[in-house]
Amino acid sequence: MHRPLPDPAADSRPFWDGCAVNELRYQRCAHCGQTQLIPRALCAACQHDPLQWHTSRGLGRILSFTVVHRAPTPAFKEEVPYVIAIVDMEEGFRLMVNVKDGACKALSIGQPVRIGYRAVDGVTLPQAEVVE
Amino acid sequence: MNAFISGAFDTAVGELPGSSCMGLHAQAAMGAVDDAGLQLSDIDGVLCAYSFTQPHLMLGSVFCEYLGIHPGFCAAVQAGGASAATMVMQAAALVASGQCRHVLVVTGDNRLTGMSRDGAVAALSEVGHPEFERPFGISVPASYALVAQRYMHEYGVSSEQLAAIAVEHRRHAGRHPKAHKRDPITVDQVLASRIIASPLHMLDCCLISDGGAALVISSRAAAADTRGKPVEILGAGQGHTHEHIVAAPSLTDFGCKASSRAAFERAGVKATDIDVAEIYDSFTITLAVELESIGFFQRGEAGAAAALGELGLGGRLPCNTHGGLMSYGHSGAAGGMFHAVEAVHQLRGRAEARQVKDARLAFVHGDGGILSAHCSLVLGVN
Repeated sequence: MHRPLPDPAADSRPFWDGCAVNELRYQRCAHCGQTQLIPRALCAACQHDPLQWHTSRGLGRILSFTVVHRAPTPAFKEEVPYVIAIVDMEEGFRLMVNVKDGACKALSIGQPVRIGYRAVDGVTLPQAEVVE
Repeated sequence: MNAFISGAFDTAVGELPGSSCMGLHAQAAMGAVDDAGLQLSDIDGVLCAYSFTQPHLMLGSVFCEYLGIHPGFCAAVQAGGASAATMVMQAAALVASGQCRHVLVVTGDNRLTGMSRDGAVAALSEVGHPEFERPFGISVPASYALVAQRYMHEYGVSSEQLAAIAVEHRRHAGRHPKAHKRDPITVDQVLASRIIASPLHMLDCCLISDGGAALVISSRAAAADTRGKPVEILGAGQGHTHEHIVAAPSLTDFGCKASSRAAFERAGVKATDIDVAEIYDSFTITLAVELESIGFFQRGEAGAAAALGELGLGGRLPCNTHGGLMSYGHSGAAGGMFHAVEAVHQLRGRAEARQVKDARLAFVHGDGGILSAHCSLVLGVN
């Protein structure tokens, strides 16, 4: 069983194209100013559609995290234990990522992280790296 | 709401070799219709949910074909763990509006023997967002663990307090002859069970079981034709905030607040009026969040209350008196239906060793996704 990897669609292609060149891109609504991670054809806050793509500085803080010991599929068995975190980015959007070497670190809520990148089966995924 | 539960039935639960998804549906359905004192031909509406072992785009039609019935209304509801309560709410609307007289709501799955444990865990992980969650190895327990970590941080809840919730569920299940897991457990055993996704241990998680459950929902006039004591659906409500946990507006506040408020308002009652509660308990944290958001306990206090026995029989709020998903059993959409069936048993005074004295008003709650979709019911008898 292969690891689930993103299959970019029209809405999300700019995000994954950004990751490929190590840029974390997100949408901001030009009407209400709301940011959103999961790309859409309209703004989930005001339902207007003048969305603009911006590039994040890549800095955020851990909102929550978990060390996963039970892999959901065989593709992740070699990786356990691994850390999944939800990160609040300073631009106001939220993303889910793995934390690089997270299981070896004493993580805490509020921990500052920087978004880096890793290649998995030819796809570039964002990952959080602890800011020491 | 002009809607009553007139029949209720649950099959054996646990490891049922030789069972099938549709077989469990049929057994539950026939049991509920019989419990209501009706004939199958009296059923003019059918609602099903979903299945992992026999998935189909039109499970309602698959079921009616299997059983050999041809109702005037048939559909399937897919709202994860909120499916059962949602089906009851929808069935209530069908009978209250006069579109049906007796609606059969039926669930079942043989998740334990019909597929591997790995298969069930993998199938559940597919609820994660395909681009923004699943590539990072998300699972349902990991998603709830993210909630748990944040909730425990904000409200000072300890793993010992969450464990007390699991312990009380096992104590409840010990009084139910059909429960999947009946051997008592201790807080230390919960904490010593292996970590699935920190801070959640194996015994903080629900079971995987085979089983089925069904109800018959009837209008007031139609309920007069049924045999048992009808249980009135006094109020129902829903709350929806997100589907994927990465898109949740909060990790501590969820739709259970809105769903329960609506159900209480429609029923004209308050949380403190409830005699017995049957609330979705996919994980210990699920129940803690729900009990506190709904207003049964103050923030951060549900686990401590469990440790003091307040969720037990004779406690302040007897909760999940059958043992819940953590100890009675969890068979997909039937898991939530077990809660509803138990509420009916309690209100009819036939819960035997688990009976809550003078139970007149019950609260039933389902949660689908990652605390994403919520449906609350207030049920009562005169």
